Parts: sequence; C-alpha cells; structure tokens
Amino acid sequence: MRHTDRRLRRRDLLLITLAVSLATPAMGRATPVSTGHGQPGWPPVFGARPEPTPLDFSEFYSGGGARGLVLSDKLTALNGQRVVITGFMAPPLKSALDFFVLTRVPMALCPFCSSDAEWPEDIVFVRMPPGQTIQPTSAPVRVTGTLDLGTKADEATGFVSLVRILADTVEVLR
Amino acid sequence: MALSCGIRVASFVIIGLGLLAGVLPAAPRVRADTASIVIVPIHRAKFLAGQRFDFRVEANGITTTPTNWAVRINGRDATEVFGKPGRVTTSDTSYEQTFDDVTFSNPGSYTIEARVEINDQTLTKTVAYEVVIAQPTARPAKNVILLIGDGMSLPARTAARIVSRGLDQGKYRAWLEMDDMEFSNVLTTSGMDSIATDSANSASAYATGHKSVVNAMGVYPGNNADTNPNQQPRVENIGELVKRTRDMGFGLVTTAEIQDATPAAFVAHTRRRSEYMAIMDQMLDPVRLPDVIMGGGSASLLPQSTPGSRRKDDRDLIKEFEQRGFTVVTTRSELNAAGTPAKLLGLFHLGNMNVYLDREVFRKPSVLKQFTDQPTLMEMTAKALAVLEQNPNGFFLMVEGASIDKQLHPLDWERAIWDTIELDQTVGVVKRWAKARGDDTLIIVTADHAHGMSITGTYWEGDGKTGRDAVRVYQDAGFPDYRDTSGNGFPDAVDVPRRLAINWANHPDYYHNYDPLDEPTAPAVQEGAVWVANPKRNRGAATLMVGTLPRSVDQGVHTVEDVPLTASGPGAEQFRRPMDNTELFFAMVNALGLDARQGRSPFSVAEEPIALTGASLSAGDNAAASNTAWASALGLPVQTLPAPVEPGLLANVSLMSGVLASAWVGGAWWRGRRRQEVPELADDSRPRAVGGDR
Repeated sequence: MRHTDRRLRRRDLLLITLAVSLATPAMGRATPVSTGHGQPGWPPVFGARPEPTPLDFSEFYSGGGARGLVLSDKLTALNGQRVVITGFMAPPLKSALDFFVLTRVPMALCPFCSSDAEWPEDIVFVRMPPGQTIQPTSAPVRVTGTLDLGTKADEATGFVSLVRILADTVEVLR
Repeated sequence: MALSCGIRVASFVIIGLGLLAGVLPAAPRVRADTASIVIVPIHRAKFLAGQRFDFRVEANGITTTPTNWAVRINGRDATEVFGKPGRVTTSDTSYEQTFDDVTFSNPGSYTIEARVEINDQTLTKTVAYEVVIAQPTARPAKNVILLIGDGMSLPARTAARIVSRGLDQGKYRAWLEMDDMEFSNVLTTSGMDSIATDSANSASAYATGHKSVVNAMGVYPGNNADTNPNQQPRVENIGELVKRTRDMGFGLVTTAEIQDATPAAFVAHTRRRSEYMAIMDQMLDPVRLPDVIMGGGSASLLPQSTPGSRRKDDRDLIKEFEQRGFTVVTTRSELNAAGTPAKLLGLFHLGNMNVYLDREVFRKPSVLKQFTDQPTLMEMTAKALAVLEQNPNGFFLMVEGASIDKQLHPLDWERAIWDTIELDQTVGVVKRWAKARGDDTLIIVTADHAHGMSITGTYWEGDGKTGRDAVRVYQDAGFPDYRDTSGNGFPDAVDVPRRLAINWANHPDYYHNYDPLDEPTAPAVQEGAVWVANPKRNRGAATLMVGTLPRSVDQGVHTVEDVPLTASGPGAEQFRRPMDNTELFFAMVNALGLDARQGRSPFSVAEEPIALTGASLSAGDNAAASNTAWASALGLPVQTLPAPVEPGLLANVSLMSGVLASAWVGGAWWRGRRRQEVPELADDSRPRAVGGDR
C-alpha cells in the first residue's frame, strides 16, 4: 500500500493546481490575449509576418477509420507553417493556462480529470507563447501560430498529442 | 485516518529509541473510533457452487500488528477450509489475509466469523453466505442471449413503442419486439455502496451474481483499491464459467467501445471501469477471450504511433487478436464480406459508434467524419449469431444498445429512442433466429439502470403557440404524427409536426429545446467551476431550465427506479416477480444448468495474482518487501524481517516487528493526508466529446 501509482500523483498535482487557481483572483478579459514575437517555425519576412493559412477541424484527416487515421495532405503540407483555427477550449483545471486543448465543439467534462481521457480525434494541443497565459473560457477561441505535427509528449505536462500549435496569438471571440 | 502531530513526534522518538536498543515492544494502539473488520465477499453474498472467487479479511484502522487473528468458516479455520494459509499483507493502518482463487463446492449456508485481537482489544465480524447449485428449469436452454438497453427504463420502452408502432384510439398498432415476449418482471439496480448505480456495477451484478460498487466490475473493493485497481478480490463471471465448464461460445456486441462498462463487465475484474488498457489485457486472456467481439473502441488497440491511438505503448492489439485466430473487420462492408469465421473482432470506430440517427438518418459528415460505413446493431448481432452457433456446446451472447444511456445523459431523447428502436429491431433478429432453430435459447431483454426521462404528452405548434405553451397535455396531447410506412420499425421522419413532449427528472441548467438536434450537443458548458446552460441549445422556442443537480454536474444522471425485463425461451418462466439484479446471473445459470465445480479455475492461470507489492512475491517476501519500503521511506536502516506468521500464531509476533509497528505510525500521517487530498473521481463521468456522442 506504500506504492502510489502515477495517476494518483498526477491527480494530486492537478488538485493542488486547482486549489492554487481557486485562490487566484480572476484576471480581466484579454482579447487578444497575446501577441508573440519571434515564434519558431515561420520564416523571417521583412516588414510583415506571413499570412496564416486558415485551417478547419474537418481538414485534419483525409481518410482512415478504425485502423487509424490518415493525416490530410493539407495538414501535412502546413507542418511548420503559420495557421489559424477556431475552436473551443477543453475544460481545464486551473485559471491561468500556458497550454490548452482546442476542440471542434465544446467538450463535456474535464478530460484532464480522468485517468483515461477520451478525447475526440480532432484536437489541437495549443502551447501559449513563453511567459503568457490565458484564462479558461467557454467562448470560441481563435488560435494563430505555428503548426507542429507528429506524436509527441509535451515536455512540461507529459500530454501526448499529434497536432500542436505553438501560438503567437490567441483571441477569445465573445 | 490522519494521526495527531503529537503521536507522530512520539512515534519517531520510539523509532529512534528502538533503533538504539535494537528491539522494542509493539506500541499498543487501536483506533477504536475507526477500527473495523471488512470481509469480502460481503454479507448475504450468494455463490454458484464451484464459482471461483478471492476471499479477503481486512482489519482496517489499526496501527499495530494484531496479537491474534482467527477466521473461521462454519466453525473451521479458513486455512483448513480453503486448504491454504492465505496471503498476509499489511499497511500502515491495516492487516489483511487474502485467499486467492478459492471456492465453495458444497451448496448450503456458510457463516464466516473473523476475530482480531490487538492486545486487549477485540474486533469481530460475522457474515453469512449462500451457496447454490443450478436449479433445473422446465426446459434447459442451449444458449443464453442477454440484450441490455443501457439506461433503458420503462419510459424509454414506452416512447419507443409510441414512435415505432403508434396507436389507434389508445390501442397500439403493434407491440415492440421486446414487449412481445413470454414473461416479464422488474429488477432492482442498487449496488453495495449506494442506491444509485452505474453501468459497470450493474452489469457486474448480471455477470457474476455479486453486488459491487460504482465503477467496479468483477471485483469486490479492497482497502487498496486506489493504488491497485486491477488487483482486487475477484468473483468469476459467466463468460469465464461457460468457457471453462462447457467450452461454450462467448460473444459481446455493443454500440459503445468494447472496453466500455457493460461489455467489459462480462470479462474484466477491475475496481476502475476507466482502466481500458487493463481491460483489454484481461479480455485477451484465453480464459475469458470471447469468440465474437464487436463495437467501437479501436483507439485502445492501436499502437501509439498510429494517428487516433489512445495507447501509450507500441503494442498492436489488432495484430494480437489476429495472432489468436481472429478475423478483424472495421466497416459494415468488411463485416458483410467476412463470411462465418471461427472468431471475429469487429471494430467500427475509434471511440463509441455513432448513434442510429446520425449513422443511418442524418449522416452529417461533421458528425460521422471518417466513419461513414458503420453496421447497425441488427447486422452485428446477426453476424455474431452466425459465428457463435457453430459451437456445438452452445453459447452466451451479450448484446448492448449502449447509446440509449449515452444520449439520455445529455438529455437528447430522439437519439436515445431511435437507439432503443434499434435494440428492439435487434431483439426481433434474435427472436426469429431462435424460433427458426426450435426455441432452444433463453432470450432476456432488460436495462441496467434507469434514467430520469418522462413522457408528458405531445408538442405541437400548429395553432401558433410555441415553447412551453405548445406542450399539449391530457386530451390536448392526442397522438403524435410518427409514421413508419417502410415497415422497418423506424418512423419515416424525426421532425414531425406533432411530436413527443419529453421532460427530465434531473438535469443541470440547460435549454429545453422542442425540436430534434441535428447533431449531438452538450446540454451544459463549463464556466469556471460550474456548469451553465449551453447557448447552442437555445434554439427556437427553447425554455431555460434551472438545474436540479449540483452545479458541478454537467448532464442528466442515472435514477434509482427498478428496470423492466422481458424474456422468452427455456428458463424464461423464472422472470415473473420482482428480482434483485444479482439473480439474473443465477437465472441464466439455471437455464443452462451450469455446474461450476467442473473445469479449471480461470484465476489459477491468471497473469496477475493479487499482491500488494509485486506479482510473484510470496506472502513472506511480500510483507518483507513492503516493510523494507517503509523503512526506506522514513530514512531508517533497512532490516530483514521475519515473514508474517500464519494465522493463529500471531500471538508470537517477534519483538522486531515492534519496531516496524512504530514506523507505521510515522508513515500514517503522510498516508492519511494523501487520502484526504485525493477525492474519489467518478469514472462514470468519463469525458465525452458531445460532438461525437461519446
């Protein structure tokens, strides 16, 4: 019984985070939340940042099925490029987020709270610009940033994702 | 369980002195306010003679080693009755004796008395068991088919009948397939922990004949369930029984993920229904591996490198099924082309399959995504029957209409009722199949728990009224406009002018809409720590409903009412009075005439024996290892300790273990705090993407 599994520790961390976040005064609404500079992945263009390519959740996969999904040509071609996508923030556990999960439709319940979160296939892991945070919101969120593809575990959180955006701008659409 | 700071300090002083002196007498301590004995299986548990189980006695809330420990079964020592000493384990606040993989072979009454002495204090506990053999039914059943409408309480059946069959001047034009059966009764649904249950616990009662707790299946909860959810005291289920005693066929068909609570309860033994990877591992064990498995949930079988996978390793479980002789299909087309293999795995979605309305009627690309070729429950079940009937020894098949519940939770009655009709059409497939082969199969149709749905009347805007003013009650309700001209059981249109008016007994804040939702839409969204009405459901003349549940709840919840059951075929006559849900297991066993005293225990070859700190440690090694861990955690020199003594000899506990008894006290503070900081998370509220009807 001395043994504690990983899940327990993670729950602890989350709950501690929650406790801290509850004690934190609510931040004012910020729209847009951040404007990052010098984000990796997009080429330096003199005088103007390259226009982000609009991306829709329906464009992630070109096929596949129960044996696994096939990334679309569009998504693959945009790897490392700037994109813009609008979705909803999955329910988080704290009030000041340096990362969040963007989904096509609002999620019921908090996937971080369960040991075996059932995420939909089309989700985006959004990493906020260094040093910047965002408040949880149920409103639509427009994310602009650099697309990063491939199964990878986030160094800070351990969250395994396939589609990521290193955000330079995150706007809450109210 | 936290001990006071003073005790903690004192304990460290004692430890220090103990180390100096080398030995110290045990610090006598019983937490009289919380100390108690737990015996599982629980009081009034009922067993099939020969059914395998793990027997466990726990003394909880104690902080020192018992000076005497006696467990007697009908007056005889448990070690003598079970023919082995039992495995002794300890923690900082408990002492346990577990007899893995035991059984009662003789029918009758059993009284279990546990007596634990800790110096001058005594704890006692007595429980009684009933052990039975199968009671022959008027005719024996060769096969049993159990169809479970998840959450399909009486209002769901009535609404399905209205929508599917319709009425003329008060008389239904026809009965549902599930109405038109020989016998009916009601089942209770409560578990050992609560009047309100979940699908894991209730399906576990059907599968094993034993009560358990919310989120658990095939196990009783031990005091270490938090840290070892997959190594809890097991009870054998009907899937294991039919395979080992008679080499019968075994099948599971669902519209949910195959790891979801209801199908999983017929194979798995876990305290946590969310342990999908462990459930898959247990399912793959030959002692319970079904011959037919169909549903969704391929995400838990794909290696992590495959887009869509939910695994955190590189195992390819689809390949592992193929290596075990399974034909694997992933679309309706592949299912139809599969012929009649000996073993069949059908995985038609990464997650839960879409509901009938989305799959077959609306077919919205944004909802179906890549999964445009999913079979119906009727097609899956017909194929399962074709595969299973090849077994000359008969079979057990569980078929689940899973999304009745999954759509009642988000208060989406149309999706739930169309799935109820789909289950009803499946009952028709099963009945016709059974009739064609001479009525040798017990067919049972029931639910696992209720939902708070109720039929108020009809909704009609034809006179210009809208919203709540257009809800028609009593004589104004009349009859709705659903028509099934195709004769397939499903009405031609969903959005008819006069439709059913449905209300909900419990709900969060939500917008009560009066028209069908064109795609699954969550009733509530999160605002900070609370859930508020989802504005997306504020459509047309929707009414804002103030919630009746805690603000932390985002959806409708299960209700506690009894659920209806109908049955036909040999053994169906057993269902004619209200029954406890555990009795469904025994009714199936009776119909099949199963003798569990035959065959080899499924647990004797289990890959993971129950152990506190390691799979292959003996009782002595086990305790020594955990004692070492405690010593290390407290920065104490690691000492090798004598193996725990056999029951009955505990009065001779060595002085050396007195040192450790003190160390437990030091550890208890830390443990106690952890326990308080980690609340129980209801795995039943697994997150769902409402856009994908999870």
